[in-house]
Amino acid sequence: MSFITGVGLTSFGKHEGSSTLDLMSKAAELAIADAGLKRSEIDGVLCGYSTVQPHIMLATVFAEHFGIKPSYAHAVQVGGATGLAMAMLAHTIVEAGLVRHVLVVSGENRLTGQSRDAAIQALAQVGHPEYEMPLGPTIPAYYGLVASRYMHEYGVSEEDLAEFAVLMRDNAADHPGAQFRDRITVADVMNSKPVALPLKLLDCCPVSDGGAAFVVSREPTSGIGVRVRGCAQAHTHQYVTTIPQFDAMGAAMSLKRASAASSIEIGDVRYAGIYDSFTITLAMLLEELGLAGRGEAAPRVRSGHFSRDGEMPLNTHGGLLSYGHCGVGGAMAHLVETQLQMTGRAGNRQVRDASIALLHGDGGVLSSHVSMFLERVR
Amino acid sequence: MSGDWTKGEAAIVYQSCAACGSRQYFRRGFCAACGAPNPEEKRASGEGIVYAMSLVVRAATPEAREHVPYNIVLVDAAEGFRMMAHGDRDLKIGDRVRAHYRRFTGRFVPYFTRTAS
Repeated sequence: MSFITGVGLTSFGKHEGSSTLDLMSKAAELAIADAGLKRSEIDGVLCGYSTVQPHIMLATVFAEHFGIKPSYAHAVQVGGATGLAMAMLAHTIVEAGLVRHVLVVSGENRLTGQSRDAAIQALAQVGHPEYEMPLGPTIPAYYGLVASRYMHEYGVSEEDLAEFAVLMRDNAADHPGAQFRDRITVADVMNSKPVALPLKLLDCCPVSDGGAAFVVSREPTSGIGVRVRGCAQAHTHQYVTTIPQFDAMGAAMSLKRASAASSIEIGDVRYAGIYDSFTITLAMLLEELGLAGRGEAAPRVRSGHFSRDGEMPLNTHGGLLSYGHCGVGGAMAHLVETQLQMTGRAGNRQVRDASIALLHGDGGVLSSHVSMFLERVR
Repeated sequence: MSGDWTKGEAAIVYQSCAACGSRQYFRRGFCAACGAPNPEEKRASGEGIVYAMSLVVRAATPEAREHVPYNIVLVDAAEGFRMMAHGDRDLKIGDRVRAHYRRFTGRFVPYFTRTAS
């Protein structure tokens, strides 16, 4: 068994003058304190990568900087799925008895540490160097391609996609740490600057500075435990050109394996933390995971199904689309918020029932998937 | 088979596996479907059908920015593989298209236009 015993999250946005290690340290301190632990009790460290500070052994660099001497430490790289992949690995090595308390941490000054062009270029590397990159695609363009086909197949409109941006912004409005908190409308999304059509600026997550961390432990360290029930992955392709099937990207496969590992079905879920790099990402994942029928996710947003007081509250911190996206830490914020919801500590964002939660992340162009079920135990 | 557009020539080349019949677009020394070595290289006709597209308005490099907006398309080639290319702005998903070649950031890239149907 393993439990998410502590969480830490900085505000996302501009942290002028803060380095990758500064943001990692800040989030790590918060998470360790939240778990009620001392630094010296951390015996495992997993960290993501930083496009601003690339390093061949970032976990060791961090441990040295932070002043701890773990018995297990290394970095993990699966693009946007890295945070959940690390949570899965932490769960696995805790269950295996290798370590007692794993610190999972990431941070990056992605916004102020480099030019916007540099950020966009670094990320575009998920494309094929010979057959895609020479065509000048960007990450929004890869997702724009996916969006065009998905909209064609299932009759989804640009206005439908805009609903997800509006929902995430509504959620972010109640989180003081969110990068964007001013409410927006479908018309605002429709009128925002074109980026890679059909995606417009407000269909895309921002680039942020920020850090996130959590501690995965063998036993709960406080009254309410958030237990990792089971997790799984699926990897069906890397490049948008080689996506095998647009209605089976790997999300459903990963979910099915996680269900088998945890004996929890999608129908048991009360709260969801779903990767939302673009509005189309969230729409497609919700539908492939079975949280809505094909083409029905947007109508469900309109009917309030995914709102904080709805049947399936979702990314109540505002998600990548509005809380922000600092790289690996971006999707870790989904897990942090989920843990706060499950332990009844989400304040004015608290939902009625977060007893069982599903987290799902993807990296690349819906290439790498990780699903995880969490359960509240007392 | 000699070069293709990725090597600066006006051609689209794919690979066909003699063992399992799979076709693949990304050049490799083996078939990604069955692992058999040395798939045969073939020149594609350049005919295909538009599968997906995205009009890039915000480019990532100064060189690409000179070309905005440009339409990136995924085309299902007649020979049974999918490829990324550029295409006319008024293309629609499902259109029958044929490949031409245009300069983009100093190199040749495949550019699809609609064929008379």
